[in-house]
Amino acid sequence: MAILTKEEAKKYIDKALSYAKADETEVSISGGRTGNIRYARNTVSTSGESNEIRLSVTSVFGKRIGSSSINELDDASLQKAVERSEEIAKLAPENPEYMPMLGQQTYPDSATFSPSTDKIDPDYRAQLAIDSIEPCSAAGLVAAGYLEDFSGFSASGNSKGQFLYNTSTSVDFSVTVRTEDGTGSGYAIRDFNDVSLLNSKDVTTVAMQKAQASKGAQAIEPGKYTVILEPTAAGDLLRLMFGGFDARNADEGRSYMSKKGGGTRLGEKLFDERVTIISDPANTVIPMTPWDGDGMPRQKTVWVENGVVKNLAYSRYWAEKKGVPPLSRPGGGGFGGFGGGGYIFSGGDQSVADMIKSTERGVLVTRFWYIRAVDPQTLLYTGLTRDGTFYIEDGKIKFPLKNFRFNESPIIMLNNIEAMGKPQRVGGSLIPPMKIRDFTFSSLSDAV
Amino acid sequence: MKRRDFIHLSGLGLGALMTPGVMAMGNPVSAERLIEPGIDVAAKKLLADTALNAAKAKGATYSDVRIGRYLSQSIFTREKNVQNISNTETFGVGIRVIASGTWGFSATSDVTPDGIKKCAETAVAIAKANSKLQKEPVVLAPEKGHGEVTWNTPIKKNAMAVPVKEKIDLMLAANNAALDNGAAFVNSAMFMINEQKYFASTDGSYIDQDVHRMWPNLTVTAVNKESGGFRSRQGLSTPMGMGYEYMDGTASEKIPNAAGFNSYRYSYDMVEDAITAAKQAKEKITAKSVLPGKYDLVLDPDHLGLTIHESIGHPLELDRVLGYEANYAGTSFATLDKWKSGNFKYGSDIVNVIADKTQPYSLGNMGYDDEGVKCKEWDLIKNGVLVNYQAIRDQVGILGENESHGCSFADNWSSVQFQRMANVSLKPGTEKMTPMDMIKNVEKGIYILGRGSFSIDQQRYNFQFGGTVFYEIKNGEIVGMLEDVAYQSNTQEFWNSCSAICDKDDYRFMGTFFDGKGQPSQSSAVSHGSSTTRFDGVNVINTARSI
Repeated sequence: MAILTKEEAKKYIDKALSYAKADETEVSISGGRTGNIRYARNTVSTSGESNEIRLSVTSVFGKRIGSSSINELDDASLQKAVERSEEIAKLAPENPEYMPMLGQQTYPDSATFSPSTDKIDPDYRAQLAIDSIEPCSAAGLVAAGYLEDFSGFSASGNSKGQFLYNTSTSVDFSVTVRTEDGTGSGYAIRDFNDVSLLNSKDVTTVAMQKAQASKGAQAIEPGKYTVILEPTAAGDLLRLMFGGFDARNADEGRSYMSKKGGGTRLGEKLFDERVTIISDPANTVIPMTPWDGDGMPRQKTVWVENGVVKNLAYSRYWAEKKGVPPLSRPGGGGFGGFGGGGYIFSGGDQSVADMIKSTERGVLVTRFWYIRAVDPQTLLYTGLTRDGTFYIEDGKIKFPLKNFRFNESPIIMLNNIEAMGKPQRVGGSLIPPMKIRDFTFSSLSDAV
Repeated sequence: MKRRDFIHLSGLGLGALMTPGVMAMGNPVSAERLIEPGIDVAAKKLLADTALNAAKAKGATYSDVRIGRYLSQSIFTREKNVQNISNTETFGVGIRVIASGTWGFSATSDVTPDGIKKCAETAVAIAKANSKLQKEPVVLAPEKGHGEVTWNTPIKKNAMAVPVKEKIDLMLAANNAALDNGAAFVNSAMFMINEQKYFASTDGSYIDQDVHRMWPNLTVTAVNKESGGFRSRQGLSTPMGMGYEYMDGTASEKIPNAAGFNSYRYSYDMVEDAITAAKQAKEKITAKSVLPGKYDLVLDPDHLGLTIHESIGHPLELDRVLGYEANYAGTSFATLDKWKSGNFKYGSDIVNVIADKTQPYSLGNMGYDDEGVKCKEWDLIKNGVLVNYQAIRDQVGILGENESHGCSFADNWSSVQFQRMANVSLKPGTEKMTPMDMIKNVEKGIYILGRGSFSIDQQRYNFQFGGTVFYEIKNGEIVGMLEDVAYQSNTQEFWNSCSAICDKDDYRFMGTFFDGKGQPSQSSAVSHGSSTTRFDGVNVINTARSI
């Protein structure tokens, strides 16, 4: 009973709301099945599955807010949860930024659920691990990988008549393949809502090829290089810039979107004119929940158009204060919407092979690792290349490279675009492979 | 609490701009609930025996059971407002077994004899199913049963029993102090954890532990709208294995640092630090941008702890060395052949690093680990030479030892225990030396306090660290504040450049609640002790850019 139907969910929500005495009450229920399998050293290390269901109550008296949650759905538990939430609310200090709950809105359709992912069972997971491990064992390589799948629902209703219901599935698979002597390492990662799109053998093959090709890496001097970033690598960096698309931080002067002298950089051309970034709840490759954390309908939004910043996100509180309509970021990609998922980058028509062919001297990057903010004012980040870095000369891959540490800002990167390819799904966003000039590598790493 | 939940909760990972949300772990409860007792120890023993007997009946050759009640309180404020208060409780049972030579694990929130019996049976079924993929049977280092024992974090004031109002008053006083001293924004927060953990195993241990941890946190931001510049200064507090007494601001625990303000040892003065932070955040906006090059670094313990964590703590986790973390956190440069050689110079002769789970006030301080092993201290690096790793019962045999190091932990009753970092600490110098004495001998250097940006490769060779505040040292004196500082080095090269360590009077902890490892990821709390330490000729880069 991990996935409740819309009718079942509504029944529980209405029942809980019937006990409410607060000025405003919201009841939400979410649940589902999460499963995983992990392997390393060519053997399964852990696997598990859990089913959870949780009902949460939020009660509001004036601007005092309380909440409680339970895992049981009988009438007595529902009543107790509402009473506890109301007790907590009465004792809470006022939240001056509290915004009243919303009534029913019109929501876009959802494509977040896939029956094939819902059907995943322990046998599927074990077979996936075997399919990934066996070719590696046969080739004298060592596989370590992880699959996590989810199938569940979320529903919510409030005392103003709003009712929301959605089902969703997701699958995330990554694999690292290393040579037995530890001198080569490759990696591949995929995420989908629909597991029938995942071919773990193909993903593993990519990681195997990179492991073998990265043996015997050579060092070259750090410095500024033209880089070709595969979509995973490009996504690693680009997803970090969206925290800055918040109007309040920009207005407060503590964001790279803050303008010298006050105000925001909305309307300024901050990026190369080929950069257009949108979010679109109707996109079926990266489907998203039809509402945001405030229960607002998600809407198609142009964030950057031809390099110009077109929109910043406004919370309901900040929007009211500034007299503009609220606008949320698309969410997705984990971290409660902070994961940077839900963005669609304009791309180009070049393949990675085309980009290599046109490169006189450059570096091909599979992925970045341990990325941390260095300066929030310029969005400077540091991190390292990992699991497949290659030197390009005269249009060809010449040899594998030792890994580099970089110090670079995605803002600067998006001003140094040479070429882009077809966007692919990476971490819940659509990201193109990119060729970037003058990318700053600051030192070498011996890590494989 | 898992790190991702915390980020969602606090936004601390996002440039320290806090956006409180809902605590994802545990069910919200009233503050009063946090001081109500859980079920008594006799009832826990009965439930534990139910699990052990059920597992044995199904064919388990070993089993352990953890009955855990995890309580947390977090409070967030911003400037003059309280943003969020969250009290949570979660209660359940995790059962781990060996059957057919293979591990199996299952967990349930149904803490009844029937629920526990079913959970134990599931754990055995999982072990048997997984045994088909097992190459070699699990072998555990022996551990004698400890009988019925208890252990409690030595706290003076249970933070959960301190009224929420008292905590809010202190945080708002700190916020006001920062605003009065020029801050544009200030966020403060308190996180309090109480883990009531009961462990039993077929070895004959019944261990009841009451673990408390406390973390106050402060971020002060100054903004110059004309120049478009802004800088934040983090508080110099650190998470501790202490009760609310950490918030007393005791004068004897204020350690004057070489930059002329106070650092904090076993007690934190939040208001005093907020005032200093506001002044320093403003100063940082106009501070001199560092000239890149080689500098001698003088690193305060609140900064050095993170460097120790990343460049010594992680590479010396045996499961990483063996490849179990290859797809996530990575492996390690500190391979077994280097250890076996007996002469791998990890650092200079004065570098002595211990691992322990016993230092009072540290986050790692515990009586027993989640395998029922009594916690202890052991050497990792002795006189600069790599001598050991961190290992648990099913790994320590690889090192030729027959007693686990006692560092196996799970972050919740619902998570399976595995090897986690102990406190990894640099021993203080044996000769009397203050940070001021140390700086007197530095010709061209930088004094770094507090944590900043940190990044290290997946085998722990190449790293880059920032900090909170930086001071330029010229000819033995501090001459002013610097900005845009980060240092890059290689682990072995860096620790071999260690040339002086202050004495035990300067010894302090840096800690974190969020040492992340594993898939699905688990968090672990760990401290790192050190005294102010000098490293010679380290490469410093300038991180300023214009966009």
